[in-house]
Amino acid sequence: MNSPASALAPAEATIFDQSRHGRHAAAQLPPALGAEVPAALRRRTPPLLPEVSELQAVRHFTRLSQMNFSIDTQFYPLGSCTMKYNPRGCNQYAMLPEFLARHPLGPESQGQGFLACMYELQEMLKEVSGMQGMALSPMAGAQGEFAGVAMIRAYHRGRGDLARDEIIVPEAAHGTNPATAAMCGMKVVEIPVDAQGDCDLAALARVVGPATAGIMLTNPSTLGVFERTIASIAGLVHDAGGLLYYDGANLNAILGKVRPGDMGFDVIHMNLHKTFSTPHGGGGPGAGAVGVGVRLLPFLPIPVVGRDGERFRWLDERDLPQSIGRLSAFMGNAGVLLRAYIYMRMIGRDGMQRIGEFATLNANYLLARFRQAGFDPAYPQRRATHEFILTMKREAREQGATAMDFAKRLLDFGYHAPTTYFPLLVPECLLIEPTETETKEALDGFVEAMVAIAREAAEDPARLKGAPYTLPVRRLDDVRAAKHLDLTWTPAP
Amino acid sequence: MAFIPHTDDDVRAMLAVIGVDDVDALFDEIPASLRAGALTRIPPAASEMEIGRLMSARAAADSCELNFIGAGAYEHHIPAAVWAITTRGEIYSAYTPYQAEASQGTLQTIYEFQTMIASLTGMAVSNASMYDGASALAEASLMAVRAHRRSKSARILMPRAVNPTYRKCARVIAGGQNLSFEEVPFDAAAGQTPVAALARFDGQDVTALVIQQPNFFGVLEDVDALTDWGHRNGALVIAVVNPTSLAILKPPGEWGEKGVDIVVGDAQPFGVPLSSGGPYVGFMTTRMEHVRQMPGRIVGRTVDLDGRPGYTLTLQAREQHIRRSKATSNICTNQGLLMTAATIYLAIMGPQGLERTASASMARTAELVAALGRLKGVELALGGARFHEALIRLDRPVGPVLEELARRRIAGGFDASADYPELGNVLLVCATETKTSEDIAAYAAALGESLRVSRAA
Repeated sequence: MNSPASALAPAEATIFDQSRHGRHAAAQLPPALGAEVPAALRRRTPPLLPEVSELQAVRHFTRLSQMNFSIDTQFYPLGSCTMKYNPRGCNQYAMLPEFLARHPLGPESQGQGFLACMYELQEMLKEVSGMQGMALSPMAGAQGEFAGVAMIRAYHRGRGDLARDEIIVPEAAHGTNPATAAMCGMKVVEIPVDAQGDCDLAALARVVGPATAGIMLTNPSTLGVFERTIASIAGLVHDAGGLLYYDGANLNAILGKVRPGDMGFDVIHMNLHKTFSTPHGGGGPGAGAVGVGVRLLPFLPIPVVGRDGERFRWLDERDLPQSIGRLSAFMGNAGVLLRAYIYMRMIGRDGMQRIGEFATLNANYLLARFRQAGFDPAYPQRRATHEFILTMKREAREQGATAMDFAKRLLDFGYHAPTTYFPLLVPECLLIEPTETETKEALDGFVEAMVAIAREAAEDPARLKGAPYTLPVRRLDDVRAAKHLDLTWTPAP
Repeated sequence: MAFIPHTDDDVRAMLAVIGVDDVDALFDEIPASLRAGALTRIPPAASEMEIGRLMSARAAADSCELNFIGAGAYEHHIPAAVWAITTRGEIYSAYTPYQAEASQGTLQTIYEFQTMIASLTGMAVSNASMYDGASALAEASLMAVRAHRRSKSARILMPRAVNPTYRKCARVIAGGQNLSFEEVPFDAAAGQTPVAALARFDGQDVTALVIQQPNFFGVLEDVDALTDWGHRNGALVIAVVNPTSLAILKPPGEWGEKGVDIVVGDAQPFGVPLSSGGPYVGFMTTRMEHVRQMPGRIVGRTVDLDGRPGYTLTLQAREQHIRRSKATSNICTNQGLLMTAATIYLAIMGPQGLERTASASMARTAELVAALGRLKGVELALGGARFHEALIRLDRPVGPVLEELARRRIAGGFDASADYPELGNVLLVCATETKTSEDIAAYAAALGESLRVSRAA
C-alpha cells in the first residue's frame, strides 16, 4: 500500500528506508555452508528484510525507544495496569546465561535450579492468594481467565451437571471477562452495579440458578472501590451451585491484606506483570498464574511443578488425568515467572503487606488532593482502593474539555495519561492508579499539572484540543488508519 | 523496603490531607472478618545481593555444555545488540501503546515487524504477535471457522506429523467452541503426510487443513500438493512454519496454485533465548481479505493533525475491549518485548545473515545425521528431505541413554517415543549454525559411549 501523502518527514525513517542493497552486519554472519533444498521447495525471491550495518540498526531502535513513554522515564498512572517500578535486579538475575540457555525439554537433572524457583513461586502465590493449588503456565491474564473458566466448565461436566452454561459478569467488568466466557463456549449474563459501585444483589439473585456455571469478579472492582457485598455474592452463587472466579487485575490493592481464597473465590488468576512487577514490555509478555480451591485442584492446566523428596519434576497428564490440558508449547512464560519469583523474594512477607497499604495510601492521597483542587470523583462517598475514577463530565459540558483532551495534554507535561473511557459506564472518566513506588513529590507534580490543564481549559480551550505539541507526532488520524489500511511498508514506486 | 519511597514525614503529611489517623483506616470498607493474617509461608525479605547469590547458584546447577534439542525451540546465536536494546527501560517498562503519541517507538517497531513477517511468509498482513506458536495455531483454527463462511462443520484436519504439543494446545484452546480436530496419518517410511492420506475426506465439508513445514520430524512436506488438495476441497489452508527456514524455503504464500490462507509459527528463533520455554513470540499472517477475522493487535500507518506520518493501533473493533463477548479472541497484551527482540534480530541479520543461518543449520544437521548414522545401534528413522532436525532410532529405550548423555553435560535430543510409539525408540535431534564439526564429533562420541554404558547395564 502507498504511504500517506505528506509534506512532513517522519520522526524516524523506517529501517527499510535506510536499507542499501549489499550492506550487512558482517560480524553476525555464520559460515557459508551449502544446503541442498529440493528445487520445488526453494525460495525464489529473498524476503523483504533491511540491509543495514549493525550501527544503523542499533541507532534506529535506540531512537525508536526514545519515542516511548515508560515507567523508567515518566510517572505512568494508568488505571488497572499497575505500572510500578520493575526492579532491574529481577531482570539481571532472570537473565543469567545458564537460565537463558536452558532448553525447555532439557533433562530435569539439569533444571533443578529453575524448577526449585518455580516450585517456591507456586507455594508463595498459594499463600498470598489463599488458594490450594497453583499453575504458572498461562501466558497472560487473558489466558489465566481462559484456564479458570475452562476449569469451572470441566468441574460441572465432571459432575454430570451439563446444563450450566452461563457466566455472570458485572457490567463494569474488563472486556476480557465476557470475551473469555465466549471463548469457553459459555453464554454471558451481565448484571448492573448500583450508584455506590457495588454489585446489584437483587439483580444477581434474579439471574442465578441451575444454568449458572459461575461469576467472574474483580475485587476491588474496575470502579476503584471494594466490593463490600462480596460475602453475600459468594453465598448466592455457591447456593445456586455456581463457582466464583477472581480476576486478579486489581490484586495490588489488597495484597497481603485480604486473600481472595478467604473471600470465597474458587479460582483466581493473578497478573504477575502487574502485582509482581514484571515488565509490561510495550505489550507483553505477561504471566497469568491460576490458583484454585480444593474443588478445582484436579483440573489445573499442565504442566505444574511437583516435588518428590528433594527432587523437583514436571507433573503432566499422567499425574493430573483430569487436567484441562496444555495452554502453551512448553510451560508458559518461564522468564517472566523467574522475574516474579525474584521480586517476591526481595519483597518478602512484610513487604507484600506494605504494598497493599502504600498503593492504597498513594491513591487516597491523590484523590484527596484532586478533591481539594475541585475535580469530581465518580464515587465521592467511597474510599479509593489502589485506584480511583475522576469524571470530567462537568468540564466537558462547561468547557468542552473531554477526558481525552486532558489525557493528551498531560503528555506535554511529561505524564503518561491515566486510563481513559474505561470503565464504560462512567462518562468522561479517567481511571488513575499511582502505585506504591511513586513519591509524594511525583503525586503532587501530577496534581499541579492537572490543575494547570483545567485552567487552560477555561482560558484557552483551543490549545487543549490541539494537544499534544511536544511529542514526535500530534493526534493521529485513526479513522484514516482503519479506512486506508497501511499495515506493511512497501518501496516507493 | 519493597521499593516504597515514603518517609515517615511523607506518611504523616499524606494521612493529614486524607483526614485519617493511620493507614489501616483506609481499609475500613473491608469487613474485618476478611483480613489476612501473617503470610507465614512466604520468606522474609532478601536484599538484591542475597537473592543474586541464590539465583547465581541455582543457575550454575542448570548449566549444560552442548544442546542438540529442537522440537519447537531452537538455539541460535543472538547478536549482543538485540538484548542490549530490548532491555532499555523505554522499551522494557512501557505499556501497550494505547496512547499512540507517547508510544511511537513501540508502534513503529510493530509496523516493521509486521512488514518483515508478512514478507517472510509471503502473505499480505501480519498482526503484532501472539503468545507462542502453539496458541497461535489454536487461534488460527478459530479464525478459520470465522473466516470460512460456507463451511458449517468446524472440522480441522490435523496431520499427526504436526508438533504434538501444538496439537494438544489447539484442542484445549479451540475445543471450547466445538471445533473438531481430525488426525491425518503420515507415511512411516518417508515421515511425510501423503496427499493420499487425505483421500477419505475428498468432497466432504472441511473447514481447514493444517500443514507444518518442516513437520515435527524436520522432514519437508510436499506443501504444493497438500495446499492444492485443501483448496480443491473447499478448505482453508493453515501453514505452521519455522521462520528461519523461510530464508531458504518457499514461503506459504506461494504454496500450490493459490498460496495458503493463514500462516502461524513461533518467532523464538529470531533472537529469543531458549529460557526454559518462554517467553517466546507467536506470529500470524493472512490474506488481506481475512484481516478483520485476525485476532490480536494490528498497527497501521496514518498521519497526524499536521500531516506527519505516524503509527497507531487499528481495526480495534475486532478486540475484546470494544466488542466484549463478540470479540475475535480474548487476547490482549501478548509478547511485545519479544516482538521487539525479533525485529532487531532480523534488522541486524538481514536477508544474507538469515539465509546463512538457515543454510548452516541445515548443513550442520546433515553432518550430525551422518556422524550418528555411523554409530552401532543408531539408524535414521525417516527418509525424506529435511531442514534442521532429524528423527533417529536407537536399539534401546531413549530415556536412559539421554540420562547418560546428561551426565556428560549434553542435552541429547527430544525423546519422541511417547508421542509416536509406532516409531519405536526414536530421538529427535537438531543442530543449528551454533554447532561446529568438533561439537558434532563430541556428541557422536558421547552418544556412542552412552549406548555402550546403557547396553552393559
